Amino acid sequence: MNLWSALDPSQLINLTILVPLIGAAAVVLLAKHPNWREAASITTAVILFTLVLAITEHTFNQVPMAVVWGSTLPNINIAFAVEPLGVLFALVASFLWIITTIYAIGYMRSHKERKQTRFFLCFALALSTVMAICFSANLLTLFIFYELLTLSTYPLVTHANTEAAKRGGRVYLGILLGTSVAFLLFAMVGTWVTAGTLDFTPGGVFNDTHSKGMVALLLVLFCYGIGKAALMPFHRWLPAAMVAPTPVSALLHAVAVVKAGVFSILKVVIYIFGIDNLGQIVTADLMLYIAAATVLLASCVAMTKDNLKARLAYSTVSQLSYIIVGALLATSVAAAGASLHIVTHAVGKITLFFCAGAIMVACHKKNISEMVGLGRQMPLTMIAFAIGAISIIGLPPMAGTWSKWYLVVGALEADKLIIVVVLTISSLLNVAYLLPLPIKAFFNRPGEKQPPWSWSEVNEAPLLILIALAVTTSACIALFFNPQPVIELINLIPGVSTEITR
Amino acid sequence: MFGQHFLILPVVLPLMAAPLCIIFSHRLFAWLLATLVSGLSFVISINLLLAALEQGVLSYAVGGWEAPWGIEVRLDAASAMVLSVVTGISTLVLIYAKASIETEIDTNQHTLFYTAHLLCLTGLSGILSTGDAFNLFVFLEISSLATYTLVSLASDKRCLTAAFRYLVMGTIGATFILIGVGMMYMQTGTLNMMDLAGRIAEIGGSRTLNTGLAFILVGVSIKLALFPLHMWLPPAYTHAPSAVSAFLASTATKVAVYVMVRFIFTIYGAEYVFHTMGMDLILLLLAIVAIFKCSFMAMAQSNVKTVLAYSSVAQIGYMILGISLASAAGLMAGLLHVFNHALMKGALFMAVGAVLYRTGSVDIKAFRGLGIKMPFTMAAFVIAGMSIVGVPLTAGFVSKWYLVTAALEQQNWLVAFLILLGSLLAVIYIFRIIETAYLKKPIESAANKDIKEAPLIMLIPMWILALANIYFGLDTSLSVAAAESASHWLAFSTLSEGGVQ
Repeated sequence: MNLWSALDPSQLINLTILVPLIGAAAVVLLAKHPNWREAASITTAVILFTLVLAITEHTFNQVPMAVVWGSTLPNINIAFAVEPLGVLFALVASFLWIITTIYAIGYMRSHKERKQTRFFLCFALALSTVMAICFSANLLTLFIFYELLTLSTYPLVTHANTEAAKRGGRVYLGILLGTSVAFLLFAMVGTWVTAGTLDFTPGGVFNDTHSKGMVALLLVLFCYGIGKAALMPFHRWLPAAMVAPTPVSALLHAVAVVKAGVFSILKVVIYIFGIDNLGQIVTADLMLYIAAATVLLASCVAMTKDNLKARLAYSTVSQLSYIIVGALLATSVAAAGASLHIVTHAVGKITLFFCAGAIMVACHKKNISEMVGLGRQMPLTMIAFAIGAISIIGLPPMAGTWSKWYLVVGALEADKLIIVVVLTISSLLNVAYLLPLPIKAFFNRPGEKQPPWSWSEVNEAPLLILIALAVTTSACIALFFNPQPVIELINLIPGVSTEITR
Repeated sequence: MFGQHFLILPVVLPLMAAPLCIIFSHRLFAWLLATLVSGLSFVISINLLLAALEQGVLSYAVGGWEAPWGIEVRLDAASAMVLSVVTGISTLVLIYAKASIETEIDTNQHTLFYTAHLLCLTGLSGILSTGDAFNLFVFLEISSLATYTLVSLASDKRCLTAAFRYLVMGTIGATFILIGVGMMYMQTGTLNMMDLAGRIAEIGGSRTLNTGLAFILVGVSIKLALFPLHMWLPPAYTHAPSAVSAFLASTATKVAVYVMVRFIFTIYGAEYVFHTMGMDLILLLLAIVAIFKCSFMAMAQSNVKTVLAYSSVAQIGYMILGISLASAAGLMAGLLHVFNHALMKGALFMAVGAVLYRTGSVDIKAFRGLGIKMPFTMAAFVIAGMSIVGVPLTAGFVSKWYLVTAALEQQNWLVAFLILLGSLLAVIYIFRIIETAYLKKPIESAANKDIKEAPLIMLIPMWILALANIYFGLDTSLSVAAAESASHWLAFSTLSEGGVQ
């Protein structure tokens, strides 16, 4: 069922980057005809997804795919190559783009948002850069598109054009550009000067001949330089970016942008440092504990937030650090758990954001304290919220179970009991700050009497929003019962495996 | 036979054209002539650059008198590269100036503007192509005097104090250079640069030579506005006509950087200047202070031209920083930034000039809502601004990459980190303007209603420079090759022939 079998596999990479750009052009050209414009967005998203599917099929068949665009700096090319981790991220991002587009149409129209053309344009541009990040073959290429992703999403963050949006945009740009210029670029030049290559190489580019202190410093610089991974204390941009319209928060700040961050960290750990070498780097443990602390602290902050989107934002900060913990545990199972968490957290968190947007559209409520009894008006949305929340917590029968499982196994394998404890406490904290919302929505306050429920009370979000919610909740459940294809893909990543090695 | 005379044409052509502008005193004719001559010089310079990259050094004896008795015109990759930048920017600025000076210079002084511009170009080309130290001083004075005139041409009368200040500082600088050159002549009895290099190497250190070096470095530092001798620059760039600011910001200070490189590397020798005299640390410190102090100053300004002027002083800091690393890689990064910065600042000043043309103000308040009203101008501003910040795929990123690499090659982590930190400050002062243009609502008034996009004749040169920022960020083969061969040639010449051990 490969639609693109006639094409040279390597050309597929170019297409994944070009198709969203063409879509962006179509969006601009059709600015006067909203229906056609949205049709263009959805068509582009679907085409992109089929392209990524074709790449996935080739990956399973071990077909090598690579393209070189040319060199900007001598000896360093702008080059792309397909490897399984990138495919995984590309699959998640392109699939959820379709859903988010459907959702965004419903949201933007019923919310009567301004400048919808610019919105869909920037969306498509951002997806193009995400695809380039997924398939980048060396650090320079990754860095270039990482920066472009920051810049192309800046107009989305400041979309509302209010004073708050402007402030949010400033923090967003300041932290993301700041960390990437001050640390990531520094780390990259350091890698270039030390190892003489920036190519992603299975097993890493450093070896015993390189100074240990230098490599240790580089690891710290990479972890903080990739600011999109929101490791504390450089996490402030994520809550600040929540001033964006909800579809933006959903796709970009639960999936594309933040996952581009943790994806980059995983990629650097696996292909620049090498999982096996990570254990010998002195700063690996330091960063591991910082990530573990971020997991707990962000959860604690989340509990104090009454604004639903702010709470979800801090929850994201916490969950992203799960992936960093998984990467830095330096075992193949933990890395597999981290990779899987990219997928499961994406479907779970996007569901929650969709719900937040649905509530905003239907009832114009932002704060959790105002949502008591909301289950009577929005039963479907609230059920979806509960499903997403359970997945984030990591309980069966939802997808989040598996990634948390592998992370715990990985921590045990690495003899880091404290990480197991951290993960457990974090799950409890997740329960404490996510579940009260659906519970309060469905159950009355004690002693309070309400008339029996009837259909006439229902005031659900628009149909398009509900369709999107149905798809992501189904994904949460489906990935619990059948995670096999994803796990097979993860097992293709060099040095990463769900099999316990000892 | 005509072939070798090409070397002197970039100097002679503008010199001959300059009086014609005054004699005919016709605005359109003067514009056409100046643009044509400048364009011709640019084509010749590019050919000279390619020839220099191939052959190493091009030499021409003026009047058939062989060096060291006669005056030698001498081009290597470094001078040919800067010459191409100067003539190229000059051509674009002249095209742009036709519309720009309409509102900024009194109509009866337009021909004077073209004359002064051509004389300035003569001086700058002369500095770049001469092989004679005294000649260099003469051309420096020609260009400086023309520059003072250019700055004072603006119809805004504040330009007069700015020009006077510039005149005083510039004259002190020129005098210092003259004293320094005099001391070198006293000790060696020659003025030809290659001859000087050889004799200085023979003599070794002497007090006269050391004093001469001190005078020259201070004099040149005034000319290139190295912190703390930069105080003349911000008012001059702020109050000069926009076309003049664009031209000076991307050429005059660059040529002064070239003069510094020439004196340090060719005449005195890097070994002597950096190791024996310990100038590297002094320059490094001044460069870093310049980057930080002036970036902070840029953040605090409300006049956008002043922002760009302070940013220029900060960016000059990067060039000097590259030179002060005292390595071939550092010199190369510095020269590369000379080239790239000319592209960025040229485009930025042109965009601001276009805003001045349409709104009559360069205060940051005038930029409100311009993202919608002048989309092409502001888009060019954004591209060039990104380049200043050093976003990948722009020329600025390439310079930054090489600067950081050069610092890390010497294990100089602190300097590398400071370079990157400095570029973060650029994010702040550039984004302040971009944010105002795109996110702030315009002030509603009758005058503001009919602000239109700038005329095409301003947009085209602006966009050529903006796109050049992207082109030289993508395809670095030409710029990097030129800078590399320039630095290689300079470093090689000092290591093998010049330099006092």
